[in-house]
Amino acid sequence: MSVTIASASPRDAGPAAGDDLDAAWHATQRRLRLRRRIMPLAGGAGLLFIWWALIAVFHVRPFIAPSPEVVAVTVYQKFGILMANLLPTAIEAVCGFLLGNLTAIVIATAFVHRKTLEEAFFPIAVLINSIPVVAKAPILILLLGNGLAPKIAIAAIVCFFPTLVNMVRGLEAVSPQAMELMHVLSASKREIFVKLRLPTSVPYLFSALKIAASTSVVGAIVGEWIGSQEGIGALIIQATYNFDSALLYATVLCGSCFSVLFFLTIRLIERVAVSWQPDTGH
Amino acid sequence: MSETLAGAAIECRDVTVRFSSDRGSVTALENVSLTLMEGGFLTLLGPSGCGKSTLLRVIADIVQPVAGAVSVLGQPPAGARRDRQIGFVFQDAALLPWRNALDNVRLPLEVGGRRGLPAGSPGPEALLDLVGLSGWEKALPHELSGGMRQRVAIARALLGGPRILLMDEPFGALDEITRDRLNEELLRIWRDTGTTIVFVTHSIYEAAFLGQHVLMLAARPGRVRELVPVDLPEPRHLSVRETPRFVALAAHLRAVLETC
Repeated sequence: MSVTIASASPRDAGPAAGDDLDAAWHATQRRLRLRRRIMPLAGGAGLLFIWWALIAVFHVRPFIAPSPEVVAVTVYQKFGILMANLLPTAIEAVCGFLLGNLTAIVIATAFVHRKTLEEAFFPIAVLINSIPVVAKAPILILLLGNGLAPKIAIAAIVCFFPTLVNMVRGLEAVSPQAMELMHVLSASKREIFVKLRLPTSVPYLFSALKIAASTSVVGAIVGEWIGSQEGIGALIIQATYNFDSALLYATVLCGSCFSVLFFLTIRLIERVAVSWQPDTGH
Repeated sequence: MSETLAGAAIECRDVTVRFSSDRGSVTALENVSLTLMEGGFLTLLGPSGCGKSTLLRVIADIVQPVAGAVSVLGQPPAGARRDRQIGFVFQDAALLPWRNALDNVRLPLEVGGRRGLPAGSPGPEALLDLVGLSGWEKALPHELSGGMRQRVAIARALLGGPRILLMDEPFGALDEITRDRLNEELLRIWRDTGTTIVFVTHSIYEAAFLGQHVLMLAARPGRVRELVPVDLPEPRHLSVRETPRFVALAAHLRAVLETC
């Protein structure tokens, strides 16, 4: 805001003075941006140091907890094993993400078109959602066997409910005046859905997708805990039983990195898809 | 519908509207009658709850009356709506935030089975120019001021050349300077296009400055209190508001409003 004020009032300050103000303002902004980048890095480095110091000072034995540099070395040495196990987890998470969210979008659309469906099944959906994943997972393992399928199903179910709830909310978040406008224009139900409801729901959809990106990975890992020979979840269980704390930490780190990467990808797509929204600062 | 007056754009006879809610039914309008000739400019003035917005929605076929007859250009409101003879401007501009100004104006061409404009009717670009927004075609709603958003909404309502323009407190949320400017421009657009306009407001000055008649409604239940003719020289400019005739008219409207 102050840019326009500074450059739009040359009468008061003269053009040169306006440019100076501009330059000063831009410099301040650059400093603030840099600060926002650097501070989290500094915080992370501080925590790493505390971790390292605690292990060193209290002589914590390596099978209880590794020190950060041991974890780093393990990541480097066992990179092949980590990646080989990340691949199935990533496939399960992404497939589950796609399946769960697509189903949620389709069912939300049906709910909005047929109120009876929503009345009959929405409370049940909420009920099923309140069952913890760890309780649902064994049921699905029994139903779907031991391959990728049950893990994909668990990841999908974990994604499904938040997206369903948000999508229904988003499709119904249409302003009454916009609906009246569509009525005055004699728009059909389908036109109202495509031109009004769907675009209105997109920001709601993406806030659910961002949650789903991380939870789908959690779903896949929980699925692997219960019955699997490979994957991040299986490696976590193996490392724990072998008291290989360094590998355990490295595996967790690997899973989190993928989770963050997945989340950032969705956020990038969101930026493009809802570029029409005014910046809200997050 | 019995005989309709030749040249009447809108005729309402004994229109009654009731809304039912949890606390029983509310009579929003009771036995409201009005006749508006084609090309006229009628303002609806009254306290909140007098049903002026409801009356506008009855004419636009958004709200159905429980009793009475409504005729818009000689046919029921639903017919006039389907023929795209009605343009509606809402209190908040009701623009679609993901569409730029031009695409918002173009919306009426994409829904309701419409493809293309009637022959000789101005296109979206020409209408944005008419409301003083040429150069802003690509701007998104959040990049526009409140006044500019209403200008876009007016351009959208005028697309396809409707013969009737219904406006529901369109400038109610704007600052006084912007509102004055838009009032003057609206009169210019009215003269240029010959559109019949019904304009709901809660401002005495706006009602008197814009209308050829001011229909005053009383509240609970909404009913006609008085139809006040506005006898001011045409074309009107904002300075007319300092003339003794305007001051006397405003005083009269205020006095009536106190009894509504």
